[in-house]
Amino acid sequence: MSIHAPRIRWTRGRLAPADADLQLLTRLRGGDEHAFVTLVNKHHDPMLRLARTFVHSHAVAEEVVQDTWVGVLRGIDRFEGRSSLRTWLLAILVNRARTAGAREARSVAASDSEGFIAAVDASRFDSGGAWSSPPEQWVDDLEERIGARALRDQILDALAQMPERQRAVVMLRDVDGLRGDEVCHVLDLTPANERVLLHRGRSRLRQALEDRIGAAGA
Amino acid sequence: MKLFTPAEIPCQQVVELISDYLEGALPTRERRRLEHHLAGCPHCSAYLAQMRETLRLTGRLVPEDLSPEMQREFSDVYRQWRSEQ
Repeated sequence: MSIHAPRIRWTRGRLAPADADLQLLTRLRGGDEHAFVTLVNKHHDPMLRLARTFVHSHAVAEEVVQDTWVGVLRGIDRFEGRSSLRTWLLAILVNRARTAGAREARSVAASDSEGFIAAVDASRFDSGGAWSSPPEQWVDDLEERIGARALRDQILDALAQMPERQRAVVMLRDVDGLRGDEVCHVLDLTPANERVLLHRGRSRLRQALEDRIGAAGA
Repeated sequence: MKLFTPAEIPCQQVVELISDYLEGALPTRERRRLEHHLAGCPHCSAYLAQMRETLRLTGRLVPEDLSPEMQREFSDVYRQWRSEQ
């Protein structure tokens, strides 16, 4: 699995708001080491995942993340707060990952965009485009039927099988909670391209859950 | 087989528009056509509900904390930076 799935856990929590980042930033500028480590901790996993879309090796990705933080500290006075700290960090990371000699990101983006991939297999529609094999109603009792851990594993597995750029978009949007315009900024995508990648990724995740329900003998 | 009038969107096309619909990225006219379809199509409504559930579940994945070893490495990065100030 190319994604470092074991580092992901399952919780109902969300990332702290941007204001908390700015407070940490102020404290680290004042010499508070703990504030720095807290900030690193908060952003490390999204940064590592994003680095992995540009470099193959986990070790090199970790170096890119560390190098990014070194650059962030040295350039801390250049952060003007026009974007969120997270967006700023991730954009720096992408630049570092590219210049670190990783493979060219655009070639990945191009391969993600090749051809049309249906959200739902064409065999499930009749010749007029109406459902011939419609989706089941499983939303209300999905967790009871499958179990939270199995659902989590199914989602992680589906994410791991996505093309890297598609996975980067889905994770930044739906796991890390970035807005579409922030993802476009970080990954240098057009809004249309971002939406295509997001659509394909989310469609795959929905299909993966449906497959899991089917495998459970629904 | 269900027959569609030209103003209607077939289900097969609806599933391709659901993400843009959730993103609020559809032009008004197209959004209205989609909502008209959803109002009369329980299957596509079920699909939309599944997509929303998928987003909810994916949003529950959050990062693990740094290992103590990595925390130490980053503390070193910080101390190095402070010593250069």
